[in-house]
This record gives sequence, C-alpha cells and structure tokens, in this order.
Amino acid sequence: MANAPDKPVGRRKFLSNAAAGAAGLVATPQIASAAQADRQAQDQGHQIVPSDVALRVKALESILVEKGMIDPATIDAVIETYESKIGPRNGARVVARAWVDPAYRKRLLTDGTAAIAELGYGGSQGEHMVVVENTPAVHNLVVCTLCSCYPWPVLGLPPTWYKSAPYRSRAVIDPRGVLREFGVTLADEVQVRVWDSTAEIRYLVLPERPAGTEGLTEEQLAALVTRDAMVGVARVSGPRGGAA
Amino acid sequence: MNGIHDMGGMHGMGPIEVREDERPFHAEWEGRAWGLLRAVGPFGPTRRRNFRYEHEVLPPAQYLQMQYYERFIKLLVDRLMAAKLLTQAELDSGRADPGSATFTPRVTPANIAEQLARRRSLRRDDVRIRPRYRVGQHVRARNLNPVGHTRLPRYVRGHRGTIVADHGVFDFQDTDAEGYTLPDRPQHVYTVGFTARELWGDAANARDTVHAELWEDYLERA
Repeated sequence: MANAPDKPVGRRKFLSNAAAGAAGLVATPQIASAAQADRQAQDQGHQIVPSDVALRVKALESILVEKGMIDPATIDAVIETYESKIGPRNGARVVARAWVDPAYRKRLLTDGTAAIAELGYGGSQGEHMVVVENTPAVHNLVVCTLCSCYPWPVLGLPPTWYKSAPYRSRAVIDPRGVLREFGVTLADEVQVRVWDSTAEIRYLVLPERPAGTEGLTEEQLAALVTRDAMVGVARVSGPRGGAA
Repeated sequence: MNGIHDMGGMHGMGPIEVREDERPFHAEWEGRAWGLLRAVGPFGPTRRRNFRYEHEVLPPAQYLQMQYYERFIKLLVDRLMAAKLLTQAELDSGRADPGSATFTPRVTPANIAEQLARRRSLRRDDVRIRPRYRVGQHVRARNLNPVGHTRLPRYVRGHRGTIVADHGVFDFQDTDAEGYTLPDRPQHVYTVGFTARELWGDAANARDTVHAELWEDYLERA
C-alpha cells in the first residue's frame, strides 16, 4: 500500500530520524503539506524520501510502543481493516443490490441504516444513514463543510479531496462548477441537491444505473460502481465506458 | 466559532485534486498515523474537550497548511502532553524517559475489530420530546455566533428554509468557549432544505437546493 519504501533501518539511524522528527512535532507548520511534497516527488518520478511528518509519526509510534501505551499489532490491524474490509467496495455492493432488487432499493431509500445493515455493514460513522437517489432529473452531491464527516462503513475513509478546503468551500456555493471539475456536466434542467453533513446523518448517493448493463450480474454491476459516484461527483460508466 | 474550518461558500481555495484512487492511504505514514490514533484509545481525564473544536481553534494558517492526518497527530501529541503521558524530553530524544507516566492500552489486537465496528450513536431514543417543527414547515436558521463549537454553518445563518426530515432527538454538540460540551440538552435534529438562490442570490440555479442538518435550537419560525 505504501508509496514509500520501508526498508529496515538500523536502530541508530532510526533513532536519529526519530529524534529529528520528534523535535518537529511541536514546530511551526511547514510551507507545503507532506501530502503535497509526496505528490511532487511522485510527479517528478523520484523515489519518495520520507517526509518530515512521516518521521514524526514514526517517532511518536516508537515512543508510545516503548512506553507500552500501544501495541504495534493494533496499528497493523487498523490499517488492514481499512485496506481490506471497510471501503467503497461495501457501498458498491449496496448500490448493485439496489439496482437489481426493487424491493431492496425501496427499503434502502426509506431506511438506509437498516437496509445497509442487511448486507452486514454498519458501525462507526454509519449509525444514521440516509441514501439519496440520482435520477435523470435530480443529481445529489455530499459534502461536510465543517470537517470531514463521511459514511465509513460503506465508503471507508474519505479521499483527500473530500477533506480539502477547495471541495468543502465550493460544494455548497458552486456545486455545478465542482461537478464540471470532476468531468460531470449537468443540464440546467437537472436539479442539484447538496447534502452538508453538519450533524450525525451520513449520506450515500445511489447513482443511476448505466445503460447497457441489463445482462450483468450483481457482482459485475458492483465492479462498475466507484467511490466518487457514491459521493455524487461522478456518474457510473457502463462496461464499455458509456455513462448513464 | 466563526473559524477557518467553517468554509462553506468561501472562494479562493484553489482547484480540487480530482484524480485519486480508492486506496485509503497514499503514503505509509498516513496508515500508521490513522492506526496510531485508533490504537491509543481513551486516556486522560474523562471530561474531554470536543475533538472537532480542538481542530477549529488551531491557528488558521496552520489549519490550512496541515495535512489531515498530520493535524490529528499534532492534536494527539498535544493531548498526551496535557495529560502528562508524553514529555518534551521524550519528543526531543525519540525515546521513552525511564519512569515517565504511562498507561496500559485498553485497545488491543484482540479487541480492535470490535472497537472499529462499534456504533457510537448520539441519538437519544430514551428521551421523548415533542418536535417544535414538522416536515414541510418553513423555518429560519437563527443568526447565532457562538464562540465555542457549533454545527450551525455560517452560510445558512439568517436564511429561510424548509424542514425536509425530522431525525429524532440527539445530544446537542455545541460547546462552551473552552470546548466542553454544554449541559445535557437533547433535542430534535432536522434536515433543512434551502434554495440555492436563498443562500447565494439570483445568480444561482433556480432549481438547486442545499441541505444541512440542524439542531432545533438553531431554528426559529419563519
């Protein structure tokens, strides 16, 4: 999963890194974020050099493990959970089921939390789910302007753009411009409904089923559904790339 | 508080980075940071400041510059230091001080799966309160400017909307000026729909709507 190579380093080397990093924990902010630095390095095709924040995290983990306050195996388990169990493939299965089963679709739109639980998904940040349906006349877009609220059980952890100032600031004032930036152009006649997750409700967009998918199985349909479509910033494309 | 976090409707934040694959972490440290946050579990005094508020009171320049997981880690370090479970000397050396304060983690490899799956609902199904508003009714978001944490975004204040849904009774999340949750004030939470024109003026598309979930105390009749 990591871009950065994680070669074993000698203890002396690690500690000097750790110390340098730890000192930075309380330092003033850097000009560019670590993510930007990582991306720049990627864009330039360079091997990624561990960023300052990466070293700080490593130092903190090292200190807390040494103090017995955390077990590194717990951290491994968290990462494993979000890489393989809690992510947008869960939401994609919910969407595919709704596309093939009209009774399920109805339950999903009436009581999202219960219908999602039927497929075994629920828990933290999915306690109160509302599913909103895209149609030829209505397009839904989900945002959290105040922080980064997101339906973890069905979509996993939010992408960087969802948590970023450009998306959070503009989704409510210029949703059509935001959608264009993601490559979705809507006719004036289509109503845009923006849902700002300001309290405890978490939203999932039920995208339109693309044309030409009549012969596909539920599993094949789920493979077409993207995270972005379930946040409302993309359409689902058919197997040959045809949009809904 | 009217902070930098309350950014709905602001201009000038730049383009959105739209190309991002579906992996949860895009650098190893992001996964380690998130895992660390979940693995530490509860510590320190039981009366804690609202975690969102701790983000909101960061200096605005810092808030904007810091990467998401970086911000969480900074706040975790602040909390550990405030609870005297981590010292500056430890941070400087990268090593635990012999004899420094510690605790036994309550989150372990054995119970982490259950911890991650646990529902943490703020809904108070035990409290019966008659809703002040019903679906279809017009309301106005009050012009409130609390200095603590609030879920009433600036861009809806003073604007007229319609009750779209009543989600039942939830614990109120606003805090005092120090970031501590206000005394028990469970109340109904509603989805309120605003027309884009009501919020942003006549240049907005006449069909478009923006919805926010608002506690009853944020609303008045309109």
